[in-house]
Amino acid sequence: MSPRGAELPAPPRGASTPAEASAAALSTRGAVAFLTPALLLIGVFLIFPALWTLYLGITDYRLTGIQAAQPQVIGLDNYTAALGDPAFANSLWVTVLYVLGSAVIGQLGLGFALAWMFRRWQGPARNALEVLVIVAWIVPSSVVAFLWIAFLDTHNGTLNAALGNANIPWLFSWPLLSIIVFNTWRGTAFSMLLCGGALNTLPPSHLETARLAGASSWQQLRDIVLPSIRGHLLTNLLLISLWTFNDFTPYLITAGGPNFATDTLPVYIFRNALVNFQLGYGAAISAILLVINLGIALIYLRVLRARN
Amino acid sequence: MDLDRPIPASAPIRQPSESALVVRRLLSRIGFYLFVVIVGAYFALPMVWLVFAPFDAHPTLTAAPPSAFTLGNFPDLLKDPYALPSLVNSVILAVATMVLVVAAAAPAAYALSRVRIPGRDLLLYVLLLFSSVVTGTAAMVPLFLLVFDLGLINTQVGVVLVLAGGLIPAGIFILKDFVDSMPKSYEESARVFGASSFQILRDIVLPYARPGLAVIAVWVVVNVWSNFLIPFILLRDPGQLPAAVVVYNFYTEGGQANLRLLSSFGLLYSIPVVAMYLFVNRRYGFRFYGGIKG
Repeated sequence: MSPRGAELPAPPRGASTPAEASAAALSTRGAVAFLTPALLLIGVFLIFPALWTLYLGITDYRLTGIQAAQPQVIGLDNYTAALGDPAFANSLWVTVLYVLGSAVIGQLGLGFALAWMFRRWQGPARNALEVLVIVAWIVPSSVVAFLWIAFLDTHNGTLNAALGNANIPWLFSWPLLSIIVFNTWRGTAFSMLLCGGALNTLPPSHLETARLAGASSWQQLRDIVLPSIRGHLLTNLLLISLWTFNDFTPYLITAGGPNFATDTLPVYIFRNALVNFQLGYGAAISAILLVINLGIALIYLRVLRARN
Repeated sequence: MDLDRPIPASAPIRQPSESALVVRRLLSRIGFYLFVVIVGAYFALPMVWLVFAPFDAHPTLTAAPPSAFTLGNFPDLLKDPYALPSLVNSVILAVATMVLVVAAAAPAAYALSRVRIPGRDLLLYVLLLFSSVVTGTAAMVPLFLLVFDLGLINTQVGVVLVLAGGLIPAGIFILKDFVDSMPKSYEESARVFGASSFQILRDIVLPYARPGLAVIAVWVVVNVWSNFLIPFILLRDPGQLPAAVVVYNFYTEGGQANLRLLSSFGLLYSIPVVAMYLFVNRRYGFRFYGGIKG
């Protein structure tokens, strides 16, 4: 199937493969030559690393020492070690809360609410709000990370100033909530834009009819809008969940702390593999993250195909 | 804005009194404004610091209009050994990756759109799957080892290759859309008039696909410019680091962060991506392609 479906044209007049090829400026052999550089780069720097992760995960590979020269295959030891490690369990739990809080509830909820509001609201205030939400999404992550460190600072942060010099140590007392609120701020734009696009596909006459029949906004939303754009919402949800699972930005704000309260899987992998150089163990965790990604992506592609 | 309208007179069953309706409309309007103000403050307040602090001679962490307005923080960036060179490094990484991605993805997209290669649909499916599953965070261990074994650790070449490998699949999909939208009859007529394959590609396909190539180019630059993780794990030498990592070092390395430096540099570094995004968005609209290594 094609990536977004729908764009595969039916071959005209039942044309055979060679006839189609001759219409283009390429023979099949030429096409292979055209594909080779891209496939080579993708193969070496995308597909091979993924497969290598699976292999490394069953070895005791380290960057230095004997295990670096002759890594031994140790079977599933890394996986059993990870699954029995409370630090890993904590990390997985933190990640799930982070995804649920910031992607599912935060970004999708707020993004949809904004798209719904923007639907028939025109004017400078609307445009200003839309641009603000998008700029929060565009500014590079190492900059926004510091903006939030400053915003949440205990003594001089703008948030505490706005609350009347509350001096609440947000990043220490509410670390996970802080990065959830941060990531909602960071990523709402995507869901807002996607939901906006989905709402635009609804025929206005549907809503008009419902309103004339006396349906309230809430009834229109529940009975007409949500069922019609369910597919869009689901694909959006899967994409932002996948990205949030793999989001490294919390590291820039809290570096996993305090006391592992924001130790999401990407941070956990980074610390174990590239700080402590337990590469085999890090690769095993990476493989677990890859499997989670694969699960989400397969559901995503299936939904996408069902939608087209 | 959508507010409940009075139920038409033809529905007499649950006709509320006039005053109850007025109160309801008022309350829902107040609720709406309250929501807008809170959401607006939520999105605006963290950003305000980046607007004010760069122009303040004595910035603090609190976002406030400059107590002493100055433009002097920007020339002072020249005194930092890493600030401006890191912007050059970012440009080098972005341009090199962009050239590589366009050069690899454009021919591949054309071939996939026009020639029915055996197994094409499967190939597209696998590419889409891998490009979304294999993120920089999930693959950081093998990517680090691969680049290490290739002797490319601490080189910009290594960063460019890894970033290009991650961006090419999505680049192929975006460009394939553009080629798919081009009528085949253009190439067919050119062929009838005896044009060679090379002439067709150069004089017909390339001009037609130019907007698509521009989109890809800007999209790759935006992604590489903002990417933190890949240069963070693959580069060590401070003189090689792109701005994304140098900004981070400004507030994590060594004691009190220099807020004058950090704010002015953060603003300078952020402006190009925001400008590029707005440019692409205005001209080509929003496209939701993901699968970017973050």
